[in-house]
Amino acid sequence: MKPGTFICSSAASLAGLIALGLSGCKSGGGDTIKVGEFASLTGKEATFGTSSHEGTLLAIEELNAAGGVLGKPLELLTEDDQTKAGEPANAVNKLISKDGVVAILGEVASSRSLEAAPICQLNKIPMISPASTNPTVTQEGDYIFRVCFTDTFQGAALANFASTVLKAKKVAVLTDVKSDYSKGLAKSFKQKFSANGGQIGSELDFNGGDKDFKGQLTAIKSDAPDAIFLPGYYNDVALICIQAKQLGMNIPIFGGDGWESESLLTIGKDAMENHYFSTHCSSDQGTPEMTKFVAAYKKRFNGKTPDAMAVLGYDSAMVLADAMKRAGSTAPAKLRDAIAATQDYSGASGTFSLNADRDAVKALVFIQIKDGKFTYNSTVNP
Amino acid sequence: MAFSGAKRWLLLGIALAILVSYFTPQFNRYYLGVAIDVGIAIILATSLNLINGHTGQFSLGHAGFMAVGGYFSAWISLQVAGSVPAIWYFPMALTAGGLLAAGVGLLVGVPSLRLRGDYLAIVTLGFGEIIRVVAQNTDAIGAASGLKGIPKHTTLGWTFGFAAITIYAITALVNSTYGRGFIAVHDDEIAAESNGVDTTRTKVTAFVTGAFFAGIAGGLYAHHKQFLSPTGFDWLKSIDIVVMVILGGMGRTAGVIAAAILLTLMPEFLRDFSDYRMILYALLIILLMLLRPAGLFAFNIKRRKHS
Amino acid sequence: MPKLFLSIQSSKLSTPNSQPTVDWFLQQTINGLGLGAIYALIALGYTMVYGVLRFINFAHSDVLMLGAFTGFYIAPRIEQIFGHQSVLGMIMVFILAAVVCACLGMLIERLAYRPLRNRPKLTVLITAIGVSLLIEFTAQHEKVFGAAPQPFPSLLKEHSIHLGNVVISSNDVLMVGVTVFLLAGMWWIVQRTRIGTAMRAVSHNQQAALLMGVPVNLIISFTFGLGSALAAVAGLLYAIKAPGIEPLMGVQPGLRAFVAAVLGGIGNLPGAVLGGVLLGLLETFAGGIPGLSNYRDAIAFGILILILLVKPAGLLGRAIVEKV
Repeated sequence: MKPGTFICSSAASLAGLIALGLSGCKSGGGDTIKVGEFASLTGKEATFGTSSHEGTLLAIEELNAAGGVLGKPLELLTEDDQTKAGEPANAVNKLISKDGVVAILGEVASSRSLEAAPICQLNKIPMISPASTNPTVTQEGDYIFRVCFTDTFQGAALANFASTVLKAKKVAVLTDVKSDYSKGLAKSFKQKFSANGGQIGSELDFNGGDKDFKGQLTAIKSDAPDAIFLPGYYNDVALICIQAKQLGMNIPIFGGDGWESESLLTIGKDAMENHYFSTHCSSDQGTPEMTKFVAAYKKRFNGKTPDAMAVLGYDSAMVLADAMKRAGSTAPAKLRDAIAATQDYSGASGTFSLNADRDAVKALVFIQIKDGKFTYNSTVNP
Repeated sequence: MAFSGAKRWLLLGIALAILVSYFTPQFNRYYLGVAIDVGIAIILATSLNLINGHTGQFSLGHAGFMAVGGYFSAWISLQVAGSVPAIWYFPMALTAGGLLAAGVGLLVGVPSLRLRGDYLAIVTLGFGEIIRVVAQNTDAIGAASGLKGIPKHTTLGWTFGFAAITIYAITALVNSTYGRGFIAVHDDEIAAESNGVDTTRTKVTAFVTGAFFAGIAGGLYAHHKQFLSPTGFDWLKSIDIVVMVILGGMGRTAGVIAAAILLTLMPEFLRDFSDYRMILYALLIILLMLLRPAGLFAFNIKRRKHS
Repeated sequence: MPKLFLSIQSSKLSTPNSQPTVDWFLQQTINGLGLGAIYALIALGYTMVYGVLRFINFAHSDVLMLGAFTGFYIAPRIEQIFGHQSVLGMIMVFILAAVVCACLGMLIERLAYRPLRNRPKLTVLITAIGVSLLIEFTAQHEKVFGAAPQPFPSLLKEHSIHLGNVVISSNDVLMVGVTVFLLAGMWWIVQRTRIGTAMRAVSHNQQAALLMGVPVNLIISFTFGLGSALAAVAGLLYAIKAPGIEPLMGVQPGLRAFVAAVLGGIGNLPGAVLGGVLLGLLETFAGGIPGLSNYRDAIAFGILILILLVKPAGLLGRAIVEKV
């Protein structure tokens, strides 16, 4: 065996790193403002990452078409984290330390935002997450923000909805065991619903990406709850609702903002009738910002209808640009203060402010699915 | 090769690693992060090489052992952080993580190493997945939300120090009299058995040793990324490590190390082609198997003659 | 066991009526059979290829996905000819998808596996993993299928049969029916035809078969084609059951079906079906039990490990003694 192996390997890795540094030496150029984005563009959760990326991209393009920010065009540097743990850290390190971005946008999944947040905080670069709803994400430090509400707020609103609108006494909870989003939302829902005097029926789990849920649904059916709480993403939700209908269950099923996507209707079809979900805004209730966004998005991406991730990706970039304008600078510390001072911002996802915990405080709307359409039901103010 | 020489190289390597780590604050954090990734990949690939390469047992569950070591050492760190200086508890936490991973390795190895070939591959894959599912359901380590706030203790020094120890320990083990048993098992299990090699024991030793170092690598990884989530240890992670071993050439330590470096750096080089990055990776695996099945770095180095 | 009897009686007394538990059991059994039938069908493909080539075709689950996507693209055109939700149209979709995937399977075998015919088994296994990843990542690319789930058209109108509180979906009946039909078909091909005899000969001893004048390459190609056609049918059934299809849809059922194949004794046709049905039942029942449903991902592997340790050849497999 070669004893010099280790030395050789060290030398080789060092050489590799130097080469890496050289290959990546782009001219610094102060004539654009560099904004970093990391998203899951490939891998298991590519659907969500692609949506939020398209929203962000649209925002940057619109801003540049309108002459950029502070007289300079924005340059979006996007890194793919392959839905892989360990990757976000490298992607964000690269964006900050090598490309010198002034801010970071991302990620949809809380678990990957949590990996990037300490790095942004350490480098004192503001990070705005479009859709990570886990309360702990912004607790990583004062440079971490989000433009969505937290699980705590949404879970409580859903619990109140179940008690008052659905008049449910007993609710079954079906969660995605792989997803921190699903688990977090279920936790805050259960706390509030029990506090409201409701009863939590059977609690069952599925694995995101499963295609068969009849085992869980049959157990829920024999427990006879008044409604099913299903925090999850639309691809699983649509299949679950189809199979619930096949089993002859006609109790309402309801969930959170992960439901929002046109795919929910195209896949779920009539099985989705009379189910409810909470989300950031409803396109048929129609704020002008939302209508404008939907039209622009469809035009840019071949008629594709935006989902919640796309809306939030768009807003995350717009909030950043707004803060840059107000700060009159892209210096990270000033930018941070300006983002923190965001008040009554009218985004595509509704009007919101950032609170002291750097979380968006915004109204939440309930949507009912009626005649194959998302129909506005009610609004919950924070 | 005389061991005194190897030992000298080992000490020199560790000294160099410690020396380099003194300058880390001046390094660009991105390159530093990638360099630590490289070190961790070297430990993972070298330790899997002992199982898959030298001993010829096909394990697809290495990420599972990495998860055990990573979670356990991170958990220890979170318990004692603040009250004890990191220089004391960090190596102990890493070792504890490695030992637990070795323990799990023993538990997994004893029954499953009776199987061989693709059966063993599938059983180890299954065990790896079971470890992931258990992590996903254990609230003490964050369950699906992941374990966050792990202190950042992993430095270039620790990583390459442990990499040097791993390489040395495994090389020394394989070259020892006992270690010839690994190669005998690899070459022909039945012949080895008839020559008095306790094949089961040999295989389990390789498995447990490999798991130990994978656990160490997991600990380094946890204190490097500061966040662990169960989905990061699924079987695709194991496949990544297996590809390193195969690319380097099974049983060729130098080749495997080179492959670990190459495969960790390659995605960074390919960032501009992120659309096609994973497609290229898959193509690389296939082409490699078709064109250079003995490993990319197997040029004129002759496979060592076995007794 | 008087004590056990007593406890059952008391639990019956505690619930207002005992009907729900019986219904629950029957309903779960039906659900499990529906799921198990698909696992069985996928496992059949795994087992056939393993029987002839002795290696795990990891790409099988991706051929399944390609089958579903083939159906997705050709179904609207078939509909124009045969009418909306017609039985004949559905059969045409199945046949066309099976043919397309059979060709794909043979192509994969020709390009990726045949050059490795005489190499160590593990080399082939790694190549298979590579092929699987290649198909998945290529399919995920936005210019191919894209990562987002696509709505699969309903090929046949779905009916529900109500028996008391138990609901049987016509889809489940379709799945069980197709699986039984195809198992019988495969059994007939392997046991009763000339080409089946040749397949068994290749499986028994490739060298000897070659010496006896069996066109080994042709037989292996044929087996791959047959296995891939089965995967395509399974993919379509899976898409009918869960009409949101995406590039990674094959991964989970693929792994489970592989476990099913090993469980039943790999290389053994009825074994694959038995394993698939058992696994489907187990997963369905586990899914309905709080505190167990969150471990559902691990159940298949737990069972697999147990089986391999107790009876390494699988439930219906024969142990082979390794000779020097």
